[in-house]
Amino acid sequence: MLTPEQIERKLDRILLKVQKPGRYVGGELNSIQKDWDSVQTRVALVFPDIYDIGVSNMGLKILYDQINQREDALAERAYAPWLDMEDLMRQHGIPLYALESKRPLACFDLIGFTLPYETLYTNTLNVLDLAGIPVRSAERDERHPIIIAGGHACMNPEPMHAFIDAFVIGEGEEVIHEIIDTIQNAKRQTSKVNLNDVQPLTFDREALLRELAQIPGVYVPRFYEASYLDDGTVARIEPTVADVPKIITKRIVAKLPPPPTKFIVPNVDIVHNRVSVEIMRGCTRGCRFCHAGMITRPVRERSVDEILQAAEEALKSTGFEELALLSLSSSDYTHVLELVTKVGEKFGGTHLKVSLPSLRIESVSIDLMERLKDRRSGGFTLAPEAATERMRRIINKFIPDEDIINTTREIYRRGWTTIKLYFMIGHPSETLEDVKAIADLCKRVLAEGRKVIGWKAKLHAGVSTFVPKSQTPFQWVSCDTPEQIKAKQELLKRELYRDKNIKLSLTDAEDSFLEAWLSRGDRRMAEVVYSAWKKGSKFDAWKEGKKYDAWMEAFAEHGLDPLFYTHRQRRTDEVFPWEHITAAVRKNFLFQDFRMSLEGEIRVDCRLNCYACGILPTFAGLRRENPGEGWKCPDVKSPSLKVISNSVISKQPAQSDAEELPVVGD
Amino acid sequence: MRIQITFSKQGALRYTGHLDLHKLWERAARRAELPLAYSHGFHPQPKISMAAALPLGFASRCEVLDMKLERDIPLEGLRDTLQGTLPPGIQILAIEQVDDRAPALQTRVVSAEYEVTLTEPVDGSELKRRIDAVMNAESILRSRRGKEYDLRPLIESLTSVSSPEGRGEKIIMKLSAKEGATGRPEEVLDVLGIAFEETRIERTRLNLSTNLH
Repeated sequence: MLTPEQIERKLDRILLKVQKPGRYVGGELNSIQKDWDSVQTRVALVFPDIYDIGVSNMGLKILYDQINQREDALAERAYAPWLDMEDLMRQHGIPLYALESKRPLACFDLIGFTLPYETLYTNTLNVLDLAGIPVRSAERDERHPIIIAGGHACMNPEPMHAFIDAFVIGEGEEVIHEIIDTIQNAKRQTSKVNLNDVQPLTFDREALLRELAQIPGVYVPRFYEASYLDDGTVARIEPTVADVPKIITKRIVAKLPPPPTKFIVPNVDIVHNRVSVEIMRGCTRGCRFCHAGMITRPVRERSVDEILQAAEEALKSTGFEELALLSLSSSDYTHVLELVTKVGEKFGGTHLKVSLPSLRIESVSIDLMERLKDRRSGGFTLAPEAATERMRRIINKFIPDEDIINTTREIYRRGWTTIKLYFMIGHPSETLEDVKAIADLCKRVLAEGRKVIGWKAKLHAGVSTFVPKSQTPFQWVSCDTPEQIKAKQELLKRELYRDKNIKLSLTDAEDSFLEAWLSRGDRRMAEVVYSAWKKGSKFDAWKEGKKYDAWMEAFAEHGLDPLFYTHRQRRTDEVFPWEHITAAVRKNFLFQDFRMSLEGEIRVDCRLNCYACGILPTFAGLRRENPGEGWKCPDVKSPSLKVISNSVISKQPAQSDAEELPVVGD
Repeated sequence: MRIQITFSKQGALRYTGHLDLHKLWERAARRAELPLAYSHGFHPQPKISMAAALPLGFASRCEVLDMKLERDIPLEGLRDTLQGTLPPGIQILAIEQVDDRAPALQTRVVSAEYEVTLTEPVDGSELKRRIDAVMNAESILRSRRGKEYDLRPLIESLTSVSSPEGRGEKIIMKLSAKEGATGRPEEVLDVLGIAFEETRIERTRLNLSTNLH
């Protein structure tokens, strides 16, 4: 294996031939390079997309911070090199290396991938290959690092089951330590054996993976087997060994640990040059299309003081020009007014830009933004997601039209000239009329804006395509066909192109299909991923990388039909490929919510009413150990009574799991 | 208050370009809590200017920048404070106060000196012969980005030295660096028949005109 010095020498010969060589050299402020020989476990954390996007990933930041706090372990980073760099690396025999020490990835004990979205799958294979590590889990032996992955896409890990040794389901802050401890234990035992034994014995990979599978929230796919029915759907997914769990339940942390504050400061420009502080995790709104909202429950908030202190420390240690206060729904943060007031007081007049994404469509949001911004630059973003009230009932993001009109008019009136509205097309049962309503709403918003500020008013409509995700109420629904999506997109173009002050952005329909095959794919999809990568597809989220034809050929090669995964309404009794993985939101609950969507019934904020999604019984113990304000699930004292008294909820099937609900606060 | 900072740029920072270096200093000043002055207008920019852009991949031990502060601060201890906020690869060599009315740094640069280390073995006497040929030429017409220009008058001096251990040669050059008349080391290397990727280049000195008004 090449030494760091050899790698650096080779790099010096090629770096000036690539775009932005600063991506590949490390040396950033706040990066941590520990003495390699002073620790027992070396972890490489990989974001399998380019540096420019990967550096600001929150998940890896947290893990980098967590691991490097340990004295017995180190964490370094790697990203996927862009196409030009990859070519030169292969040409010059440079394996993928970690930025801190310049050691090949293959030298590490553990490699952790974050997979927030499905279009990173081919890149993950490519990164392993570029690191000289066999891409298939079954082909790796005790010489190779253990390959783990986590992140939102892993809520259905099956399309990647053949390549990843162990998946972390849910939040990684605690489980990463348990994984490192387990690896250290295995190695210690091995070295004891080594002392007494003449044979060169290294650790037993299979045994180690078996131990990892004992850790709650860790899924080791090699110990499970899937069987299929004649119609191609899953019959069963079962453990093949006795001591692994039948169902893997996601991990959560009871209390959010202190946010990281020593962010890496890149020496080259990246996408998000900012400090981000997670103010809250989870969401109580229950939008039915929203993967994050379903899988990150329960809501846990940080205190205003903790957020302010972290923001101040992080700004001091980075000098970044922007602060982002992150959550899935800022308006729902209990102390949002206090927070923005104090942020405004503390950082006002310092040229700091503050962003507060995901605001509700109401005038309070404008008040919040006014407190944060000295000037009205950058536009005001709102996400109605759908343009008819019927549609908004179906997706459970109910806002009356008048609220949208009144709020946007007020935004223009208070000095913003650009409003960005985000919509999705392809929602279940959406018609062309619903799509045309998007155009009509945009025109109406702009017309109101013109009444207030005249021709300065501008509108930006971002229209993406809905992709049904696992572990959500829409996991049963079919996607629109390519023809339907194209017709809907054409309609929007036709309706909106005439007005120069409306800018329309659409997502590429092919990108959405790729995401859709993978997000509800089964184990057989792994071979499709492998073949698509072999045929040259990578950087699937980029037009420069993705090869749609390669994917189509890959499907054909393995006798699978992409439409089976996308354009098929699932049977009500269908066993999903991810049936053995749970985000602790019960399938019954999701199904009931799906049925309600068909009736146009909404469920309001579950901070007010518990709808018994399953989080509380699953994590009853954790909550009991951590009483107080942190969790935003309502206290459910006499659950059966409370549930029945609610009119929406009374439609629940009779078998309520009231008895499972914990009695909290006693 | 206006301060001038002389610093070196080495290691990983060689791959940080001019604009990114600007940003780097802006952030360093913020981390050190300096009262950085900003331009007015819709997009306020910090008042930082650099003497001469250093091409990507070059190291330097003589970069100079100029920073305007909103108010006076003591210079004592500033070097340590600021150095503590910089990434590895940037070393402050000097900080001094300059007259607020002094002309812009970029207009004062006259010439730059470079030391080129050859990473592959070359024939020393052949190299000397080529250098002589360059220095004896009356003009060296070249074209860069579609524009014809004469390189020769931009070369003020050009010599080679063999390292005492016989491990490789070094080329030392001094090139004009006035506005509109800037010599580029890689152009000179190309004339000498030396591949750019077989070199390490360091800027060793920026000559500034001493005329401050």
